[in-house]
Amino acid sequence: MGFLSRTMTVVWKDLMVEFRAKEMLLSVLVFALMVLVVFGFAFNPVEHDLSDIFAGIMWVAYLFAGTLGLNRSFMSERVNDALQGLVISPIDRSSIFLGKFMSNFLFMIAVELVLTPVSIILLKYPFHKGALLLGAALLLGTFGFAAIGTFLAALASNTRASEVLLPVLIFPLLAPVIIAVVRVTDAILGGDVSGVMPAFRFLAAYDVIFLAIPFLLFEYMLEN
Amino acid sequence: MLECKGVSRLAGHREILRGVDLPLEGGQVCALFGPNGAGKSTLLKIMALLTRPTRGVVLWDGEPVRGRESKVRQQLGIVSHATYLYNNLTAEENLYFHGRLFGIPRLRERVEEILEKVGLYYARRDTVGTFSRGMQQRLTIGRAILHEPRVLLLDEPYTGLDQQGQAFLNDVIRDFRNAGGACLLISHDLPDAVALADKFIILSEGRIVREGSCSDMTAESFDNIYREALEVDRESGDAWAIQFRGEG
Ligand SMILES: Nc1ncnc2c1ncn2[C@@H]1O[C@H](COP(=O)(O)OP(=O)(O)O)[C@@H](O)[C@H]1O
Ligand SMILES: [Mg+2]
Repeated sequence: MGFLSRTMTVVWKDLMVEFRAKEMLLSVLVFALMVLVVFGFAFNPVEHDLSDIFAGIMWVAYLFAGTLGLNRSFMSERVNDALQGLVISPIDRSSIFLGKFMSNFLFMIAVELVLTPVSIILLKYPFHKGALLLGAALLLGTFGFAAIGTFLAALASNTRASEVLLPVLIFPLLAPVIIAVVRVTDAILGGDVSGVMPAFRFLAAYDVIFLAIPFLLFEYMLEN
Repeated sequence: MLECKGVSRLAGHREILRGVDLPLEGGQVCALFGPNGAGKSTLLKIMALLTRPTRGVVLWDGEPVRGRESKVRQQLGIVSHATYLYNNLTAEENLYFHGRLFGIPRLRERVEEILEKVGLYYARRDTVGTFSRGMQQRLTIGRAILHEPRVLLLDEPYTGLDQQGQAFLNDVIRDFRNAGGACLLISHDLPDAVALADKFIILSEGRIVREGSCSDMTAESFDNIYREALEVDRESGDAWAIQFRGEG
């Protein structure tokens, strides 16, 4: 069986586990929605134009939801040392990483598919022709988030303070992504789309780097 | 088949294993004994390619494993302290997942066959989280033999099993040996393991202190060898033997 099909086996397993623990996905969603509602009240989008900070607010919600999801995804591997069951199997160490990355990415996309429309309505985002570009930026940002998040969650899952350690590690490393996505939003709303290219290039480079590094290092991380 | 040579393992400044040589041969069951903390599980994890030795090598058919781990892993069946099972998946799904990772042909039939063999067919659609420890252990054993490995590495595999389950596991091990497989068995049930095994190894403080053949060995004569090897006197020895049973 090929590399890809074994990777998909890991993804299938993660989605099954996820599906069995639906209430977790639900509570993550509710939590993120509450974050959005609090921002909605705090900034009052009826009176103020929130376009400038819209992407920032959305990312705060994504970050919380995504970090919770990552933590949980590696918690399920810790119960019964289940991750070791993957490690004793003959599949490539990199396909273990890739599988975990893909399921985390899918999880985040699912969460964002719910959160994004809600925040557009709640925060009265001026929804016009820049939406596609913004969507692309979010997708690239989420990709990087899932890659580095999977790597760090695996790294932190060997320590006792993993739930605390993960956000502490992830937020500073993810700051450049958030800044880039906010730049894209600004450029789109300012009507000067020529400014988005550097930000996109940066996001793409970030994604490649943070997919490649764990790809190479995962083998050593799974040893103890 | 699988062999470790001159294997040492450091944890901080402590030497958990010191220069252990252990060849596993086809058609043989090797029983590994020793008090808690002797390094048995660490040795098994090194042979299972889960932990790297600080010094020494693991060999497969006489050649170092390094660089072809995947090929060797395909031939190993492992039962460890932890079950490596997903609580949120059913018995069937756990086996199916494992089987896909090992690329087993005609997986559905094989999973069914194993579920029947380990006596969990009736519970195949229940999530593992609802299983008793003994049921989980049965499933773990099923998972270890699912891909028809050539080597079985068993770390206290009797944990949680009822009488029937123990007899079943003994049958599995015997069948496996008779089919030419190599088995490493860590157990605290000395008499039973000696009756089952072909050779024994006693590990103490990370070193092999005694090894030999199990043929013509009675439970009593082995008990003496074990005590002597560990240099404990008879009274405290009794207390130890009781304490070891069923403990990790
Ligand atoms: N990861 C580790 N870090 C530090 N010490 C360890 C580690 N794993 C095992 N040990 C120590 O190594 C010794 C041997 O452990 P183990 O192999 O589990 O013994 P056994 O299975 O024979 O009871 C123990 O003293 C244990 O505390
Ligand atoms: Mg042990």
